[in-house]
Amino acid sequence: MNLARKLACVVVLAVCAVSLAANWLAPAGYAKQFREAPSAPPSHRHLLGTDEVGRDRFARVLYGTRISLLLAPAAALVSTVLAALVGGLAGYLGGIWLRLARGFTDLFLSLPWLFLLITVRALLPLNVSPLVSVLITFLILGLLGWAASARVLSTSADALRNSDFVLQARASGLHGPRLFLVHVLPNLKPVLYAQFWISIPVFILSEANLGILGLGVAEPLPSWGSLLRELEGLISFREEPWRLVPLLLLIVVLTSFQLLLSNEEVTA
Amino acid sequence: MTGRRAFLRLLLCFALLFLALTSGSAFSQSGGELRFCLRSEPKTFDPLLVDDDSSLSIRYLTGGVLVRTNRHTQELEPELAESWRVSNDGKQITFKLRRGITFSDGSPFSSEDVAFTMQRLMDPALHSSTGDAFRSGSGAVSAKIIAPDQISITFPAPLAGLERLFDQVAVMSAHSPKKEAAVLGPFMVAEYKAGSTVLLRRNPTYWKKDSQGRRLPYLDSIRLDIQPNRDVEMLRFKRGELDLINSIDSDYFDRLAATSPLLAHDAGASLDSDFLWFNQVASAPIPEYKRVWFRSTNFRRAISEAINREDLSRVVFNGHAQPAVGPVSPANKFWFNSRLKAEPYRPDAALQRLQADGFHLQNGALFDKGGNAVEFSIVTNAGSKPRERMAVMVQEDLGKLGIKVNVVTLDFPSLIERISQKFNYEAAMLGFRNVDLDPNGQMNIWLSSAENHAWNPQQKSPETAWEDEIDRLMRAQASTADTKKRKQSFDRVQEIAAEQTPFIYLVNQNALSAVSSAVEGANPGILSPQTFWNAERLTLNASTRASR
Repeated sequence: MNLARKLACVVVLAVCAVSLAANWLAPAGYAKQFREAPSAPPSHRHLLGTDEVGRDRFARVLYGTRISLLLAPAAALVSTVLAALVGGLAGYLGGIWLRLARGFTDLFLSLPWLFLLITVRALLPLNVSPLVSVLITFLILGLLGWAASARVLSTSADALRNSDFVLQARASGLHGPRLFLVHVLPNLKPVLYAQFWISIPVFILSEANLGILGLGVAEPLPSWGSLLRELEGLISFREEPWRLVPLLLLIVVLTSFQLLLSNEEVTA
Repeated sequence: MTGRRAFLRLLLCFALLFLALTSGSAFSQSGGELRFCLRSEPKTFDPLLVDDDSSLSIRYLTGGVLVRTNRHTQELEPELAESWRVSNDGKQITFKLRRGITFSDGSPFSSEDVAFTMQRLMDPALHSSTGDAFRSGSGAVSAKIIAPDQISITFPAPLAGLERLFDQVAVMSAHSPKKEAAVLGPFMVAEYKAGSTVLLRRNPTYWKKDSQGRRLPYLDSIRLDIQPNRDVEMLRFKRGELDLINSIDSDYFDRLAATSPLLAHDAGASLDSDFLWFNQVASAPIPEYKRVWFRSTNFRRAISEAINREDLSRVVFNGHAQPAVGPVSPANKFWFNSRLKAEPYRPDAALQRLQADGFHLQNGALFDKGGNAVEFSIVTNAGSKPRERMAVMVQEDLGKLGIKVNVVTLDFPSLIERISQKFNYEAAMLGFRNVDLDPNGQMNIWLSSAENHAWNPQQKSPETAWEDEIDRLMRAQASTADTKKRKQSFDRVQEIAAEQTPFIYLVNQNALSAVSSAVEGANPGILSPQTFWNAERLTLNASTRASR
């Protein structure tokens, strides 16, 4: 593990640890409105000041980080599993299955993502708690985000299907699911890992995009998307620089996720 | 000969000096190009088809009207009509027109043009929203030309506040080959680059003169840049590239006021209001016990009392809003019922009111008499930060009563579909952008049969006694020309609205605008267009004129 990877690992773990300790570090909570001090600058009481309705920004950053960092990997897992099922199996089976799967993924990729998300979001029941809304948001992201990974996986699985060792395994009498699970899937691991790690920042950004449109996680629950919305209308970086903290955190975490990938995974 | 020349030179100098002294400041200030932004592409230049803000601005600056509501005093003033008279039955209006006026292309203005405009306006095939305001009943509208400077227009049924409706009707030429390009207003469209700019030039034939006899407008031209991005608009204003911002939100306002207090103008409460309402539609796909809550006056009043409007005004709008009283803003000087006051924040009284209806607290959560936890969702449109902030504050206020509120932001088309077609929502928060001072502008909200009767629209017959009374009062005020009787009727409507709270009015936002120090004569008001309502009398200072 090189120094950059080690550093990235430390950063991600540190951010996760701090966000998990939000209850102790920011006892005011993310929802409490200090209405006597809206849009307040940093102080000993509010380390990053308060937002427009007087909520402690430090608490919201910590809780928002917790939500985005816990649920984005979960969504990435859902999408990677779906991609493995669709792309991996289609590549392994080849022939018509591969053509069908590629056609389907191409069709899925050609859909306007954002509009699809907005439409699905609008169809959901209204009376759901903020916690359920955040779970739904990331589940939708996971369910809709598998296509690009599936395409990559189908190509890799297709290459494996025709490789010498799979041919030899087949000649030795190995067929069906056993051949897939024992020989193909382990060799797809680097690609799966790469797709998983790449998906995490993609989902974080997707949630942020939805949040910027006001369609992300329901209030009062914070997420990086809703925190980034605070930057709307910020004309100068010199004005209230503490409002940039969620953005900086997002950049640092996303960069760390990229650095976590090994050379092999990057190549894959 | 030399002596005569010297005398003539002296005479010329005296003449110029005299001219300079008598023409005063207006002379020294005239000319120049005013610049501001339209936030969207104008959809039309046809003044009778105007339906969007950008086209409305262009119509205001280019169109000549018979009468004009003074945006500052809210009084009706004569424009192309010297005088007018409404018949006792409210069905007919007769205008006496000014003589000697010509359109921008030189064609003369007469009663024939007014008749042509009314005929075109009322043509059902035109689908003019301006014309819809004049549709008082079945039957045709007739315009009778009495003389070249006199015309009488008759409507099939009485039309309350008839004369004020003509503020929106820009007169078109009956004969000019230039059609809508021939105008009677202070400016005319000189150039239009789609997606970029609309350039208006001074109308050389404009009829109005200032007190010193100088022909208006003072400005040479107005450049309207099409710019939907408000951040860019504000940056350009700060850089001095724009002279006006017609309406800005409170965040921008405060930032501007912090650095340039003289440029930021708060004209006080506007006519716009934000409100909340509950779904009372009988066929709505919501649980029956919730429908019972929403139809209970006590429940609605309790929710209203539990909302801290002072906090909404102070926190969300940085103090640039007033707690709303009812359907009419206090800014509407004549029609506002001054006996009414904004609902004070009384959470204890709200809880008592709920307890009287069988609600009870249990472990900090409120339950109805059937044991159902009180929980509902408030939908609002995504992208409106002030409204989202208000919803979050209402969520916390009601949380103190043990009521769980889920705030849901939806894209606008989905929201409209839910609240007006599927009725699949529980409570909604939206705003009403009121441009009409007259209560007739609210007919489509208050009549129980109306589509915009948001809480329970398109009723075949009024489902409650109070809605029946509102129907009668609204029809009564619309069918008489007696202003006193109309005011009595509409005052009562406002009282019923306060008693029954079908809409829980939250705040009236202030009219906030920005005017550069380069502009002289600006007097921002609360009525649209806030900053350039007196565009014909605006001037630019000498340094700005020189730099453009």
